[in-house]
Amino acid sequence: MQTLIEYLQYPFVRYAIIVGILIALCSALLGVTLVLKRFSYIGDGLSHVAFGAIAIASVLKLTNQTVLVLPITILSAILLLRTGQNTKIKGDAAIAMISVGALAFGYLIMNIFAASSNLSGDVCSTLFGSMSILTLKRTDVWLTVVLAIVVFVMFFLFYHHIFAVTFDETFSKAVGMKTEVYNLLIAVITALVIVLAMNLVGSLLVSALVIFPALSAMRIFRSFKQVTIFSVVLSGICTMMGLLISILSDTPTGATIVAADVVAFLICALIGKIRYGN
Amino acid sequence: MSYISCENLAVGYEGQAVASGISFSVEKGDYLCILGENGSGKSTLMKTILGLQEPLSGEIKRGDGLQKGEIGYLPQQTVVQKDFPASVQEIVRSGVLGRSKFRPFYTKEEKQLAKENMERMDILDLAGKCYRDLSGGQQQRVLLARAMCATRKVLLLDEPVTGLDPHVTAELYQVIEKLNKEGVTIIMISHDIESAITYGSKILHIGRKNFFGTTEEYKNSKIGKYYLEQEEKEVCKH
Repeated sequence: MQTLIEYLQYPFVRYAIIVGILIALCSALLGVTLVLKRFSYIGDGLSHVAFGAIAIASVLKLTNQTVLVLPITILSAILLLRTGQNTKIKGDAAIAMISVGALAFGYLIMNIFAASSNLSGDVCSTLFGSMSILTLKRTDVWLTVVLAIVVFVMFFLFYHHIFAVTFDETFSKAVGMKTEVYNLLIAVITALVIVLAMNLVGSLLVSALVIFPALSAMRIFRSFKQVTIFSVVLSGICTMMGLLISILSDTPTGATIVAADVVAFLICALIGKIRYGN
Repeated sequence: MSYISCENLAVGYEGQAVASGISFSVEKGDYLCILGENGSGKSTLMKTILGLQEPLSGEIKRGDGLQKGEIGYLPQQTVVQKDFPASVQEIVRSGVLGRSKFRPFYTKEEKQLAKENMERMDILDLAGKCYRDLSGGQQQRVLLARAMCATRKVLLLDEPVTGLDPHVTAELYQVIEKLNKEGVTIIMISHDIESAITYGSKILHIGRKNFFGTTEEYKNSKIGKYYLEQEEKEVCKH
């Protein structure tokens, strides 16, 4: 406890906690929809795209990488979530293709135009986010706060519509909803959240932040509202625990947070089993 | 002027016609059954009627005050819905979204409408239950109530009794008949000829040869007789 209070004196620890929790809340909010729309893997795919974009940004020596990373990721999200039946390459294959492709090119670019001497260290921290959450600057915090507010407001305003499109897109379209608009909205929010979440756990573990809280909540709860609320709360708690443990016991931040999410999932699965017997 | 009418319609994907030469009309209060074997283009025709895709040739005319989006729809179940965590109330209420102006909340009237339709479908006591825990027949009633929230004019049902046991099937047909008697126009896609001629007032049969007419006409037509005989043979075999 003593050490914890001592650590909290440092601004970077406080920044990490604020940003961490906000990202956890946003990704959990979105995760419910993505898991139910069978897009669990999109977090993974998009984060690799973002990794590729980061590689380009660092080669170009951009000071603010988000300017490049965000538009590229949003564009990919729109392309991937376009659930047209006429697309030549199906959803899961498209995600896998873009994901590995971007990862390979990102690493290739970083290698060829190596900006720093510690290449593998750079790559490792981008992939696993081992340190970046603890190296946040004040501007990063503000950026996260603004984006988180945008995500929350959008989700709040369009909650019923997002539910309808997720549950039954064909019906919604047939009775006159502009489903393309809502799919676009979901794609943009997804990209925003993933670019944010990469700071926290790195691109390899982003999927975990998106899918675990939603899956845990679905073990226990039976309505969309309950599942959404519980997964947001659970995600906040898990991230808080993971962050504190990682700071106190000096473990890698991203991996510790994901580990906390996995444990929470196992507990929820157990509760679900006891409650419903399946 | 009829609700829906089309002349020599062709439907299909990417320029490939799945079914063509389709002509039919739906009047207010009709109970139209669309029959046809698997792959005959029933679902494609349905999507075209709903406005989800464009016809390859010909056009679908809406009349008698029927707007786009005023056809309520009972889809076949998707994989996504089988384990979807949603309460009955959440699903039924979402039916109103297509016609209301954008608002983050449901209005009192919309909630009332959802309640009335749940009452009508006899599922009010299930309002808080989870959709995936319901039986097949109950799930169909939930989706019917949702469709009724979207419109009171026309309901398009896509093989509504698939996977239901005979008792529940009969019950569901009665519910649909009741709605029809209350003035809701029904368009039902089916491959169950027996119930189509029992309940339907008009038949549209699509396949190599198309047929459109009243149920009586269908029973006396060459194509109708042929399929009814086939059906009887099927029944005898079992």
